[in-house]
Amino acid sequence: MPHIIEMLDITKDFPGIRANDAVTLQVEKGSIHALLGENGAGKSTLMSILFGLYQPDAGKIRIRGEDVRITDPNVANRLGIGMVHQHFKLVHNFTVTENIILGLEPRKGLVLDTRRAAKRVAEISKLYGLDVDPDAKIEDITVGMQQRVEILKMLYRDAELLIFDEPTAVLTPQEIRELMQIMKRLVEEGKTILLITHKLKEIKEAADTCTVLRRGRLIGTVPVASTSEQQLAEMMVGREVNFHVDKKKAKPGEVALAIENLEVKNAKGVMGVKKLSLEVRKGEILGLCGIDGNGQTELVQALTGLAPIEGGRVLLGGRDITKLPVRKRLDLGLGHIPEDRHKHGLILDFRLDENLVVHSYGKPPFAKYGILDFEAIRKNGERLIDEFDVRSGEGPATPTRSMSGGNQQKAIVAREIDRSPEAFVVAQPTRGLDVGAIEYIHKRIVAERDKGKAILLVSLELDEILDVSDRIAVIHAGEIVGVVDAKKTDENELGLMMSGSMRKVG
Amino acid sequence: MTKAKNDKLVLSLVATGLGFLLGAIVIIGTGKNPFIMLNAMVFGTTGINIAKGIFNARYIGEFFIQAMPIILTGLSVGFAFRTGLFNIGAEGQVLVGGLAATIIGLGVRAPSIVHVPMIILGAMLAGALWGALPGFLKARYNVHEVVVTIMMNYIGLHLNNHIVRNIIGTTDGVKTAVFPKTAMLSSEFLAGVTNGSRLNWGIVPTVLAVFVFWFLIEKTTFGFGLRAVGFNKEGARYAGMKVERNVMTSMAIAGAFAGLAGAVMAIGTFGFGRTLPAAEGYGFDGIAVALVGGNAAFGIMLSGLLFGMLKAAAPLMQSAGIPKEIGSIIQASIVVFVAMKYGLEKLLVLMGRKSREPVEGSAV
Repeated sequence: MPHIIEMLDITKDFPGIRANDAVTLQVEKGSIHALLGENGAGKSTLMSILFGLYQPDAGKIRIRGEDVRITDPNVANRLGIGMVHQHFKLVHNFTVTENIILGLEPRKGLVLDTRRAAKRVAEISKLYGLDVDPDAKIEDITVGMQQRVEILKMLYRDAELLIFDEPTAVLTPQEIRELMQIMKRLVEEGKTILLITHKLKEIKEAADTCTVLRRGRLIGTVPVASTSEQQLAEMMVGREVNFHVDKKKAKPGEVALAIENLEVKNAKGVMGVKKLSLEVRKGEILGLCGIDGNGQTELVQALTGLAPIEGGRVLLGGRDITKLPVRKRLDLGLGHIPEDRHKHGLILDFRLDENLVVHSYGKPPFAKYGILDFEAIRKNGERLIDEFDVRSGEGPATPTRSMSGGNQQKAIVAREIDRSPEAFVVAQPTRGLDVGAIEYIHKRIVAERDKGKAILLVSLELDEILDVSDRIAVIHAGEIVGVVDAKKTDENELGLMMSGSMRKVG
Repeated sequence: MTKAKNDKLVLSLVATGLGFLLGAIVIIGTGKNPFIMLNAMVFGTTGINIAKGIFNARYIGEFFIQAMPIILTGLSVGFAFRTGLFNIGAEGQVLVGGLAATIIGLGVRAPSIVHVPMIILGAMLAGALWGALPGFLKARYNVHEVVVTIMMNYIGLHLNNHIVRNIIGTTDGVKTAVFPKTAMLSSEFLAGVTNGSRLNWGIVPTVLAVFVFWFLIEKTTFGFGLRAVGFNKEGARYAGMKVERNVMTSMAIAGAFAGLAGAVMAIGTFGFGRTLPAAEGYGFDGIAVALVGGNAAFGIMLSGLLFGMLKAAAPLMQSAGIPKEIGSIIQASIVVFVAMKYGLEKLLVLMGRKSREPVEGSAV
């Protein structure tokens, strides 16, 4: 098969960092080609170059055997390259068809000819088995459907090569399976797919070939069928990776965090958490799993003081913290790794070392008489960067915004663990992270447990819940529908409880 | 961080340069010599008239008189902005500051050493109250501070006019009686060295205010919290900071800076209370000063001096036959160029890249 796209010896420098170092990527026509790498490995830069957002400092790009210079995304579109972005770019109160034709509206005289467009959208949708209703409004369809609209957008523009940027990050397990089917269908119909991801499972399931990048360098291009997940992971991380979390048996002690008949309103003003009770003991990890939007966010925010509690109590080490403000709870020994690291976890415009003291900047040694000691803040930053292997371009002075997601999360974990709280509320600690970082963060969480800390782990990833937790509580519609031993349960049982069709407490 | 600061400085300098360039082009368009503008700028700030070869130190003093209030209102707007708030109300805060200065100036009998600090503190307190109210409404009820501060400007203006006209009383319908000597910041020494200008000790609290701004924002835990709220409210809340309280205090401090401007003008520049037909624009100049100064203490001081220069040069240009509006055009275009930040940055990058372009071309 001929190569539809060849990126040869691409080098791209940014101030202080070489994002791509003589990287070569050759994609065969009619294949699913995966591009694998950790956060910050240079995947996005390479794709931005292919899409004309950046110009390479060296190297050349060939499309269907011809040398091209892609100066902007319009050129890329004309060459038949389409991108399905991680964050959809759709107008919510427009219909599917209106979104798809945005920018190249078909006209009949002076009037918009939506009818003709809708017909074509329906045709394409049928051809590739996308099953999208052209007249539905975006706000009324699921996230999985919205992604299909993005795919349709590319197909409507006759894209030959479809780039999927982390397409499964926002999907449910079921939707992921369907997406894999769609990709295979697209390839059958002669399209080529470039799949950017760091999820090995998906590569094994869908891709034919895989190119691995690490720290801006090309590590290799391998056929997926003859390469194991373990091998792929090692290529990506550069060392042996342990998928399974090693941990000793938990030695639960007394109750550290007690939740009694908790009631919390959600953003719509109705009860998102209903009379919920849970206990987390010292030296154990209690995993809380559930389908997204079943009260997890409300629960975490109520525990940590970000949302008001309507009813019930929260006890931390026996002390009632129900009405205490955030700072007091933190001082009493509550740790919180928030679900949204950009919204809550970090002040992105602060330096790294400033972010590492956002809780404790007012206390010695970081401040005396209300005056900050920047030297102490910097030293603290250096210590944590070193201890937790946070990679940053300029050390403590690195602007947090410029760091990769994995290292931002490591910084948050470093800050929270360093405060050494008695009870930890950990929400989605590994969302969007690569295997290396996931492994590291899991290890640190287990290490905290072994030190006798109580940990409440809230996650949407079932694998994570099953791997890391000692006990598992399942939340459905704001209620706990089951508490089980992590060793004595499996995905099926949890799945049934998550969907509300089974209850099991004990 | 230093790099970011550097970029900001370069940006402001380039914007200023372009603003003057545009001013020069407009002058050429009216058939005059742009050198007249340059001469007016130099004359208005240093007192040296290159064209006529004379020196008059009075212009230096008047230059500072122009710059002082807008540096202070610039600090006011900049301080609120660092907490993510847009203080359009510096105008009204100046007015109530001036009103408080007038009331204490005329109503209290005390030796200078007590009287002056009393007036200054009173004016700052009045400005702080005028700023704290929108801050409170924002924090408590999430009422947008822009709307409230704009309205507070009108309330401040008419409150001042009402009290000056109907309660304190005026000598000619506009001015109150002259303040006693003990209330004044005037300095025979400063006036003396500047050939009888209105320059006064108001320069001391102004410079102090710049330092206080810098120290509070950059060095204290209090400033750390304000900056955190300014960058990311939710992140600050998560970290246990009291976002609502920070919003209110920030607006109060912003108001205090503007109130100080009111005092400096009342007991420094004028020496009497005044009624005003409309706002004088110090608050709006403050927005421009803060913007060009990058919301940083010393940047605001420099841009305040720059805009002070434009104000001081305007009458000089007019007397040389150039419409005084040229100064406003330059001021406005500097602000526009700073606001066009991204476009300018791109331009700078392109200019910097030019030398590397052939390498890139040959590689592809």
